[in-house]
Amino acid sequence: MVELGVELAGIRLRNPTILASGILGVTPATLKRAAKGGAGAVTMKSLGPEPRQGHPNPTVLEWECGLINAVGLSNPGVEAGAKEVAEAVKKVKAPVIASFFAKDAAEFGVVAGRLAAAKPAMLEANLSCPNTIREMGIPFAYEPEHAAEAVKAAKERAGDIPLIAKLSPNTHRLKEVAKAVEAAGAGAINMGNTLGPGMLIDVDARKPILANKAGGVSGPAIRPVAVRCVWDVYESVKIPIIGTGGVGSGRDALEMIMAGATAVGVGSAVASGGFKVFGKIAKEMEEWMAKNGVSSVRELVGVAHK
Amino acid sequence: MGMAKILEVREENPRMRTLFLDAAMKASPGQFAMLWIPGLNEKPLSFSYCGEGRVGFTVAKVGPFSEKLSQMKVGELVGVRGPFGNGFKPKWDRIAIVGGGCGAAPLGFLAEELARKGAKVSFVVGAKTKGELLFAERARSAGAEVLVCTDDGSEERKGFATDALKDLLEKGKIDAVCTCGPEIMMRKVFELCEAKGVECQASLERWMKCGFGVCGQCAIDGFLVCKEGPVFPSSKLRRMREFGTLKRDACGLPLKA
Ligand SMILES: Cc1cc2nc3c(=O)[nH]c(=O)nc-3n(C[C@H](O)[C@H](O)[C@H](O)COP(=O)(O)O)c2cc1C
Ligand code: FES
Repeated sequence: MVELGVELAGIRLRNPTILASGILGVTPATLKRAAKGGAGAVTMKSLGPEPRQGHPNPTVLEWECGLINAVGLSNPGVEAGAKEVAEAVKKVKAPVIASFFAKDAAEFGVVAGRLAAAKPAMLEANLSCPNTIREMGIPFAYEPEHAAEAVKAAKERAGDIPLIAKLSPNTHRLKEVAKAVEAAGAGAINMGNTLGPGMLIDVDARKPILANKAGGVSGPAIRPVAVRCVWDVYESVKIPIIGTGGVGSGRDALEMIMAGATAVGVGSAVASGGFKVFGKIAKEMEEWMAKNGVSSVRELVGVAHK
Repeated sequence: MGMAKILEVREENPRMRTLFLDAAMKASPGQFAMLWIPGLNEKPLSFSYCGEGRVGFTVAKVGPFSEKLSQMKVGELVGVRGPFGNGFKPKWDRIAIVGGGCGAAPLGFLAEELARKGAKVSFVVGAKTKGELLFAERARSAGAEVLVCTDDGSEERKGFATDALKDLLEKGKIDAVCTCGPEIMMRKVFELCEAKGVECQASLERWMKCGFGVCGQCAIDGFLVCKEGPVFPSSKLRRMREFGTLKRDACGLPLKA
């Protein structure tokens, strides 16, 4: 028997796959299905201080090598959202991660406090949405000082609930950012959000297709970038890493883990794999490990560095 | 995803028009596509015609998007991606189709497909008034028995489509019911079917973003309307508490359906 269970900042996951934020997780019922589909943990769509409609459609598109999206952080606001988090915690048979965003450090603190009251297994500060720069400014995760400020404010209100900092591949200061959030109290790092932003133009319409024009790129297209980012973060910090970006198979997950991730986030792969994609990835990992005589996935974390 | 040229615009009734697009898509009745007007918005619409290298979408002017769409002219371009979702799949011989208002959009197409496969079809269609009836003639030409209900009695029976369905079910000549229209009407249709032990397939509508099962925006009790619907069979409708009671807006906030 091979062991797929991992521990993330004190929280036990039966396998390393985590439903990424913004994918399916608008309601407790969909989170429940992702957990049934095999997810080791599930993340809710990011909640902000107030209800937000996000950008008009088109907001999510499929292209040859992945997805591009500018949903624009639509969410019902933390007041209604915290109730859904509490309901999810009750109903979902896997750890529930509550993701959140805000426009400044003080607000990060407020939202973190309100969500902590709903008792999710973990909190995840989304410091890295590339689709709301016009309204909310440059993402916190681009600069170590900004990232640290937001994490510190959130941590103060998070109580004993572990806090994940979700970083961005879109910074030349990634290692500094990783160190800064670790020092500010993050218990884990999610590496990370979408790449870019990118743009698709319809040649016949002669216009960008997304209403927001630009949007974050995800899926297979970004996997090599995400793997390199996980590599860099692993070299910089001691806290565990969730490797997110383009994971759709057991081999993809193992690649992330060998780069230094303890767990993997899965988003875009849900498009073709549906709710069951988590179980499929876990099973493929298990098969590879059995074949290669690896008894616990924990032995593989960061092996590519050795 | 691609832009498609408008080949023809047909007036179906004073409120509704069909745009025929130059697109060789293979869609079944009940499936939908996302239609895009650059610079304005993108919305899901059910196929109302499909075949011979073109597809049709029937729209009523209900907001800025449908207003603009229904004013577009032959030769202009509309973005279209799809087909998405699952259509109606009734495997039975005697089928009632129940539509109300603009919701009848995919049902003329459905009546034609079912009649072609040899089913005996009763087409029950309701509207506020005579002029707003959709696809009654089309269903008749396809060989369906057509039962018309108008709120004001301006054509045939005065009353709701559900009243006519109730009579049909009482007569016991129906194996399955396919419905699309206002959700309260579909809920009623479903309950009538349940009372008689008759299979019901309903085409549901929720706020959509991606259309292919990623964003989760369209969920109803955990079912994804875009990917697992929009047409759901009785076995799933039975498990939905939100069917006929709760929708979510663009923010994801729950509203009364
Ligand atoms: C449609 C869509 C919506 C997303 N919304 C969020 C969000 O609300 N919060 C967040 O932290 N990340 C969001 N993301 C980013 C994903 O969580 C993930 O980090 C990214 O897509 C890379 O992983 P993937 O390649 O497996 O999709 C979103 C991604 C997509 C495709
Ligand atoms: S519209 Fe995105 S999941 Fe259905």
